[in-house]
Amino acid sequence: MASTETGAQGALDEPVPGKAGGTGDIGAGGAGGDGAAGQDLGGLEAGLDALETRTVGRTPLGAVLLKKVVPPLTAIVVIVAVWQIAVSAGASDPTKLPSPHAVWQELVDRWQAGDLFSIIWTSVERGLLGFLAALVIGTPLGLVVARVPFVRAAIGPILTGLQSLPSVAWVPAAVIWLGIEDKAMYAVILLGAVPSIANGLVSGIDQVPPIYLRAGRTIGATGLRGAWHILLPASLPGYVSGLKQGWAFSWRSLMAAELIASSPDLGVGLGRYLENMREASDMAGVFLGILLILVVGIAIDQIVFSPLERHVLRTRGLTARSQ
Amino acid sequence: MADTLTGPAPAQPGTHAARLEHVSKAFGRPGAAQPVLEDITLDVAPGEFVCLLGASGCGKSTLLNLVAGLDKPSVGTIETPGGRPALMFQEHALFPWLTAGRNIELALRMRGVPREQRRPEAERLLSLVRLSGAYGKRVHELSGGMRQRVALARALAQDSRLLLMDEPFAALDAITRDVLHDELTRIWAETNLSVLFVTHNVREAVRLAQRVVLLSSRPGRINREWAIDIPQPRRIEDAAVADLSVEITDELRGEIRRHGKH
Repeated sequence: MASTETGAQGALDEPVPGKAGGTGDIGAGGAGGDGAAGQDLGGLEAGLDALETRTVGRTPLGAVLLKKVVPPLTAIVVIVAVWQIAVSAGASDPTKLPSPHAVWQELVDRWQAGDLFSIIWTSVERGLLGFLAALVIGTPLGLVVARVPFVRAAIGPILTGLQSLPSVAWVPAAVIWLGIEDKAMYAVILLGAVPSIANGLVSGIDQVPPIYLRAGRTIGATGLRGAWHILLPASLPGYVSGLKQGWAFSWRSLMAAELIASSPDLGVGLGRYLENMREASDMAGVFLGILLILVVGIAIDQIVFSPLERHVLRTRGLTARSQ
Repeated sequence: MADTLTGPAPAQPGTHAARLEHVSKAFGRPGAAQPVLEDITLDVAPGEFVCLLGASGCGKSTLLNLVAGLDKPSVGTIETPGGRPALMFQEHALFPWLTAGRNIELALRMRGVPREQRRPEAERLLSLVRLSGAYGKRVHELSGGMRQRVALARALAQDSRLLLMDEPFAALDAITRDVLHDELTRIWAETNLSVLFVTHNVREAVRLAQRVVLLSSRPGRINREWAIDIPQPRRIEDAAVADLSVEITDELRGEIRRHGKH
């Protein structure tokens, strides 16, 4: 078709920057970008960038303590206080509700007997090793389920269903198959954690915005390189929350298994210790066992998984900073 | 449909940055396929800046996907002799797990640039888009305009002779968009790239392009072309830009009205 000449040629023989006048800066930036016009545009852009960027300073240490440390400490103090008041008021028989002091004394006794750390470590070591094995199995499994439609249709629903099956239900089977040994403990941990980790990765991959995959393909990240450089890092937020849940499941399954399965070969872990205290009707010991299981679960989450999750979310700008 | 005009004096006669010949694209099952693009024939000369303009449903983005090689035409051929074209989206599409600098380095790495050259090259590209201090910045720490400039730097890192842009400034505020028009004009002149720029903004097309190609809608066909010889740098407020925009808008509206009558 015909091309139309612009009518206003005459008026435009003069280069346009001359007209920049009043509003000044906008519209400079000629070819080459040097000279006053180029600098004008550079300055204008620098101004826009400065106006549109918010700098978030680091929160001072005092404020962090006040916001992150004081509230949980307050909660603990209040709970212990209520507990002590209930004991002092004689709300219950001391064989059913031991005083905070009796539990503390039990902790000190265990410390002095020298087996406190071996009890904790027996369980933590098992829990972490089992979790690592679950990681090694769950990750490729999740990748395959997410990317191969046939596999997904075949075992996706089973994997999701396994998440809601309490893995303690596997203890009898594991004990019969594998004997009352460490192997059975690990089997129960795996059955608890692998579905969480695999499902976390699947949902992480499902939530990757398609624009990243398109952008990846245009810069040439296809096939395995695309999976490594684009798909996996993009799915990290979902994956990490799967890991976090996987750890919680590992720890829970392990405690259940230790409570149920009893054998001298297994050594004394936290679950075993708790069960021993019940058999001895030592209520302070039972309380200590419950508290230690709780504290270890919280500690691993706070030391390993929460910082990892925070880091992943923060670098992506996904945290709602409260200030 | 329309016979195409060649761009204003290609740098080397007989060469082209992109050549589309009788390209059609239909989606859907054979037999019930919906034509999206019909018989598009278009050349982009080396160093030429072409804007594709059209209303909704003209298949602008489909056309860019075809040229980018992300999809295949149903009929016709597309040649891009300069290799895989670079593509910029309306969304910045920067990877949020990498810093601005690392985003650019990933593109360099995929292109096979050796490790020790990546960092200096990324720094050079960032300074080209005037973001020298942004190497270590996370994507969420950058403003919308800065993100698009990093995305432009990443596209340039592909070292392609053809840059495809899919409404890259549509999501920006008017002030930022205006500044980025100047910036793109400057970088285009400095790098001598060929640009195929898709937009529905008539003024933007006239502000930027050497040639504006108007597409009809449903299916997209080349309706008409305008060669624009208003000298650069232009401003979007220029009388000549406004006059031509009015003329093109009238044509575009006529085209849209056609769809209201049956």
